[in-house]
Amino acid sequence: MRTKSIILKSSVSGVLITLILLAISSKNNSADSYEIISKLNNHCPPGFKLNENNKCIAQNLYMQYDSPNNKGVGGLRTGLPEIRDGFSPQEIDLGRYLFFDPALSGDRKISCATCHNPDKGFSDGLATSLGSNNQKLKRAAPSLWNVAYLKKLFWDGRATSLEEQMQGPLFSEEEMNNTPENLLKTLNSIETYKEMFAEAFPKMKKESSIELNQVYKSIAAFQSSLISLNSKYDRYAHGYHQALNENEIAGMNVFRSFVARCAECHTPPLFTNQQFAVIGTPEPDGLPLDPGAEEAFQDKTLRGAFKVPSLRNIAKTAPYMHSGNFKTLRETVEFYTKGRGHAVPKDEDLIIHWHIWDPELSDYELDRVVDFLKTLTDETFTPKIPESLPSRLKPSI
Amino acid sequence: MKSTLSKIIGSIVLLTVGIFLGKAFFSSPKVDTVPMPSTIKYRNVGLSDETTEVAQNNEFNGQIIEVKDGASIQEAVKAANPGDLIRVYPGTYSENVYVDKDDISLQGVVINGKWPVLDGKKEINDAFLYSGNGILIENFKIINYKGNGVMGQAGNNFVIRNNWIIDTGVYGIFPQYGKNGLIEHNVVSEIADAAIYVGMCDNVDVLHNEVFDSVAGIEIENSRHCLVENNYAHNNTGGLLAFVTPGLPIKTTFDVILRNNFVVNNNHENFGAPGSTVAGIPAGTGVLIMAADDVIVENNIITGNNNSGITIVDLATGAPKANDPNSEGNPDRVVILDNIMYENGNDPTGELKAIMLTQMDTKGPDIFAYGGGTGSTILDKNKYRTFGLDGYGVALIRDTKDIPTMMTPSPVPVRSVSKEEIGELTYYGVCAGCHAFGTRLIGPPTEIIQAIHNGNPQGIVDYINNPKNLREDYPEMPPQDYLDDNAKMAVAEYILALKE
Repeated sequence: MRTKSIILKSSVSGVLITLILLAISSKNNSADSYEIISKLNNHCPPGFKLNENNKCIAQNLYMQYDSPNNKGVGGLRTGLPEIRDGFSPQEIDLGRYLFFDPALSGDRKISCATCHNPDKGFSDGLATSLGSNNQKLKRAAPSLWNVAYLKKLFWDGRATSLEEQMQGPLFSEEEMNNTPENLLKTLNSIETYKEMFAEAFPKMKKESSIELNQVYKSIAAFQSSLISLNSKYDRYAHGYHQALNENEIAGMNVFRSFVARCAECHTPPLFTNQQFAVIGTPEPDGLPLDPGAEEAFQDKTLRGAFKVPSLRNIAKTAPYMHSGNFKTLRETVEFYTKGRGHAVPKDEDLIIHWHIWDPELSDYELDRVVDFLKTLTDETFTPKIPESLPSRLKPSI
Repeated sequence: MKSTLSKIIGSIVLLTVGIFLGKAFFSSPKVDTVPMPSTIKYRNVGLSDETTEVAQNNEFNGQIIEVKDGASIQEAVKAANPGDLIRVYPGTYSENVYVDKDDISLQGVVINGKWPVLDGKKEINDAFLYSGNGILIENFKIINYKGNGVMGQAGNNFVIRNNWIIDTGVYGIFPQYGKNGLIEHNVVSEIADAAIYVGMCDNVDVLHNEVFDSVAGIEIENSRHCLVENNYAHNNTGGLLAFVTPGLPIKTTFDVILRNNFVVNNNHENFGAPGSTVAGIPAGTGVLIMAADDVIVENNIITGNNNSGITIVDLATGAPKANDPNSEGNPDRVVILDNIMYENGNDPTGELKAIMLTQMDTKGPDIFAYGGGTGSTILDKNKYRTFGLDGYGVALIRDTKDIPTMMTPSPVPVRSVSKEEIGELTYYGVCAGCHAFGTRLIGPPTEIIQAIHNGNPQGIVDYINNPKNLREDYPEMPPQDYLDDNAKMAVAEYILALKE
């Protein structure tokens, strides 16, 4: 009797325990099915550290150094200009999807990456880019490496923020040929994008639609994450002098000498001083002189002026100059020793920059400068192209 | 009474003798064979005028590397470590010496009137190029280069002195982007731009130099806190210049004192390169102040400059072709104190001549001001022949004797970065391209590295230096041996301490 009741009691309690366990586990199961699977990366890209506010803060070896008057120009061990950082990992990752998505263009055929292709130094390998319906545009696509450090954007420097800049190509009829209304309509019709935006902008109200400034911010966040500061040159700069061979060092010394004067405008560590310069390069055959910043600023003294571009990853972004007239680095470097204003059309009176003169560089010196320029290549932090896009279109590069 | 006096005198004598004997017996003997190497002596300037006692002095404990005729200075620089002194003996050295290290002293040894000569043969660009902090370059004769005698790109706490520089191209001595420097006792001539050019610098003293037969003698450009004193500028196109060049990333010039200089007969024909800013300077310019603010001109002897003694202009007048909306173009708060000026303006040219002719004057003035600018003052306007000084008030100061130097009271320190910060910068700035916590990138996740090398940072350092492919499923890591030894250990420790 006793044993029976014990068996009964234990079996009853066993059943009860099983039921309770089942109940608990099924409860767990249902909780799992409601948990949102994050669609966006919650890590910062390389070169950034996540802080406690979920912001990615730039970290690199140049942060060991000061820079004169905090301008980010100087010599080998000089700090960089102020960077645009502080985006969240989710904003950056969302920007990556948008950047490669042809759904952002009017005809859904080209993306930002069409002209800023990571395989081509975030440029496109063309003299001047191709816009909507493959029409030839007026200027070359600038590389986006290290764009987070730049204070002026476009060749003519007319934009002062990435958000302002990207509205140019997005809504230009010649380029991506979209409209703000259509862009929002497209994105809001894609459920995955709505989920991604909600994740990247958690303060966004549920069921509210995607806004333009969120699109701009995400793309700016991704662009700002493109950091290239680990080239052979950088290893030399940080003190490892074996990083460059004799020819490359000879080239560096020509580059920074006051004969060639390259470093006076392409100043380390970013290899641009971010100023305007009129250097008088020739346009490709048949094209009229590009007035450059003159038009943007309504200032005649800036006729033919362009923003000094950074030379980082320059070996990856041929052809060169604002309209891609020079196919090789060698041709480009040679331009500077062919005489002040030698390529300026006869009827033009440009105010050529004072550093453009007749340095009489030898062929040997020109070759060495090219050797040196090739040491500025570093693509170790190249981001991944998304395998698939929320729009279900093929990533366009 | 008498005895008290003699007691006092006696005790003072005893004390003096005691101090003397004490110093003689107990002070360490002076080594006079090795001259002062590396960086700067900091004298007690500013504390008292009566003493030149050394306030700070780096003790020399580096190596001395000797370079004799036929050898290469650059090879010595390659062999040198921070703190070392390179002594170069008489001979001819045709090379470009570049110094991308800190605290290297390059010192010529002049023997029996024979100098170590750097000869560029009009083929080599620059004699000395440096980017390091704490660079000393002294006692060299530098001739026939195409670019510069001495050029610095960044590099704080520099000393360039006792050099004899002839025809070295564009500039004789040109520190750029440097803070706290001394340029003294150099003799510089036949330079196509400025003999001494302080560009985008701060806190530089230019003292006791002779500059002549050049387009510009001494040029303070886009620089702040500079003292130009006791120099002799003669037979240049322009003698002393303080100005703003538009279009540069650092855009201001202010707080400059031009004091106790001889600025004499600067009437050389302008042979500046077309397009250069100095190419526009009229021959016969003694002192030129263009767009610079808070410039004080004091106790100079400014004579025989055929255009004008002192020219003060705005950018619109002086450099009308340049444009930079971010460069403020007016010379504000210029202060002219006592100066000796005569025989200036005997043969004016160009714009100034035309302007003076409107005043029925065929001579140029001692002081010529034209264009914008406010707040400028002069101590005794009636002493000089002037033009355009109607708006100048009476100077509120009489002298600048309270400012013995513009250099910083102690060397500009390098940014202090802790070991942990170095580790962090290296981890995120370099390693993060391949390693991250919790995810597989190119290399194994950081927590796996932690597990392998737990408690053994040296293990990571060894692996960084000489990676072995331990895992078939990962590509081989390229060696990261280029990292500084400190950075390697710092990042190893940082990785081991890192938490998700």
